[in-house]
Amino acid sequence: MRSLLYLCTALAVIALAAWAYRENHLTQQAMNERRALEREIAALNESLSVQRAEWAYLNRPDRLRELVDINFSRLRLVPITSMHFGEIGQVAYPMPVARTQVFDTIELSGEIEQLSATTEEAQP
Amino acid sequence: MIRTPLRPLARVLRARETGENPDLIERENRRLRQEAARDQARGRAETRLLAVALLFICAFVVLGARMGLLAATAPMELARGLQEDISSARADILDREGRVLATNLSTHALYAETHRMVDPEGAAQELARIFPEIDAQRMAARFTDPNRRFTWIRTRLSPEQMQAVHDIGEPGLLFAPREMRLYPNGRMAAHVLGGASFGQQGVRAAEVIGVAGTELFFDERLRDAAKTDQPLHLSLDLTVQATVTEVLEGGKQMLNARGATAVLMDVFTGEVISLVSLPDFDPNNRPPPPTEGEPADSPLFNRAVQGYYELGSVMKAFAVAQGLDEGTVTPETIIDTRGPLTWGRFRIRDFRNYGPELSVKEVMVKSSNIGTARIMQPIGAERQQEFLRKFGLLDTMPLEVAEAARARPLLPDRWSDLSVMTVSYGHGMSTSPLALAAGYAALVNGGRKVTPTLVKQDRVQAGPQIISERTSQQKRLMLHQVVQEGTASFARIAGYPVGGKTGSADKPNPRGGGYKKDAVFATFASVFPAHEPRYVLVVTLDEPTDTTGPEPRRTAGWTAVPVSAEITRRVAPLLGLRPVSLDEANATFALGQ
Repeated sequence: MRSLLYLCTALAVIALAAWAYRENHLTQQAMNERRALEREIAALNESLSVQRAEWAYLNRPDRLRELVDINFSRLRLVPITSMHFGEIGQVAYPMPVARTQVFDTIELSGEIEQLSATTEEAQP
Repeated sequence: MIRTPLRPLARVLRARETGENPDLIERENRRLRQEAARDQARGRAETRLLAVALLFICAFVVLGARMGLLAATAPMELARGLQEDISSARADILDREGRVLATNLSTHALYAETHRMVDPEGAAQELARIFPEIDAQRMAARFTDPNRRFTWIRTRLSPEQMQAVHDIGEPGLLFAPREMRLYPNGRMAAHVLGGASFGQQGVRAAEVIGVAGTELFFDERLRDAAKTDQPLHLSLDLTVQATVTEVLEGGKQMLNARGATAVLMDVFTGEVISLVSLPDFDPNNRPPPPTEGEPADSPLFNRAVQGYYELGSVMKAFAVAQGLDEGTVTPETIIDTRGPLTWGRFRIRDFRNYGPELSVKEVMVKSSNIGTARIMQPIGAERQQEFLRKFGLLDTMPLEVAEAARARPLLPDRWSDLSVMTVSYGHGMSTSPLALAAGYAALVNGGRKVTPTLVKQDRVQAGPQIISERTSQQKRLMLHQVVQEGTASFARIAGYPVGGKTGSADKPNPRGGGYKKDAVFATFASVFPAHEPRYVLVVTLDEPTDTTGPEPRRTAGWTAVPVSAEITRRVAPLLGLRPVSLDEANATFALGQ
């Protein structure tokens, strides 16, 4: 009885040791992974900030104004003034859509050949 | 301890007499002795066991506590990249809509470790070829100097330059990563942002520190490691700022002015939506401070914040407001305006003769110096100072740029009765355009004091009430009448009723004594929409001349007002203001009376 207890304890110790060893390695692996991810995040953050800076640089008001001037013939953009505001009454109602009237409807029923052919094919 | 003998003689003798076996006594005693020894050994063992158990319990408690502590603390992320004492991190600065005003860009600095160089002369030659500002001979001398092991060559490199340096193939030329402050909008809002430069430099990183403007004012906040990913939101609106700059630059050129400023401010929140000072500079490449000439003419000088000038008639609004608020006059009170008004050997004149008498309203509309002086005369120096102090005009006007605290208004040495009169129409006391904007905001927003701010706000400033709601209402109407009937007729624009007051102050002679001839400081302080003011706009031009007429014209009505009107016309729709007709505005005024 007692020797069985000793055996069980020894086995438990071995099992725990193996488990601890595995956990240790997993932790180290996770830490390595984290470090790699951190480096990646830092690199991505950096390129993101570069993109943001570039976006801001390309959208600087001076450049946009020049682009508007260059493309005036196509875009016809002018500075917004009070003349560009309208009143709600000036907005036109949508034109009523002309509907075709249908007279003397007839009912039809039957089998559409192509359709039934494909359904049969689908069930081999 | 008394040792009990195994065979006590008394008991043995007694046992022999009674015929018992005396050995039993010996056995009994032996048993007792053994039991005592056993008990003692057991007690000792138990104590030891207890001590060991305690030791284990202690160890487990420590381990458990440590585990609990680890589990309870928030997971912490290691800082990006390599840790070094010098931190180059700095938070971005954004405008009120989140558009980038200042950000960081990674770049590299170039340095040399001379003891590792293979061909110092050749490297110097090559470097001079890549960077025109480098002198090959000087650089070679630095590389071959035996006392030097290390030398900085350039603080910033573009990727192309870096590649070119790489291609030299010199092992002693090395790159140090750097964060560079970038202002993508160039000159836009240069005076607000200020600029940044490198502080402590290391091979791995360099501090980026603010040198002026908000960059210096908020330096600690921007460099705070805990807040580097939280950008600073300013109250500026980039689109509005760009428009104001464009119009003001055009006006400055057309009117041949030495300088110009514009301040656009929200009258309720005190947020500065736009602040322009011309001439300006590029904060990416901040020029060195001037060593000669007038410091106020330098592009680095922030005219709106640091420039305290005698602004002239725009100050009449405060004198009239005081008269109205203290009840000494009403808008209809008739004031004697026969001129010139003589005080000792000093004479006060008007721009032209406006007749023998004017109502208070007409004094404002026609901008009569004599009329304003007469309104102020009975009020006196003490109450005038008290009134102006409430508006913050006698002290430095605070703003979140480093330069603001350094400038102070110039006030009369002795506030005499004559000073009372000259100050009433804006001479003998200097005010910055920013302070003027804050003062006008308080005049028209219902009478509450506003402190200008450059940081985006989400609520109305609840400043102390400094003039009554009624006076504020009367001032709105008067300022509107100045535009409709008086000196600022050019400010009438379609869709947006404007109220304002012009000011054309002769510039004081820098060589002391008197005023310059033919040099004025033209100011227009306006509010819009006049009937329900939301924004105040102050435009000043330094020595403008309008040469479109037969004679050069310098008064604000011909210079600052048209520029300001164009700014309002362009900016009001951008601020989301609905155009209203004049009738609608007049109806609001009639309702308020």
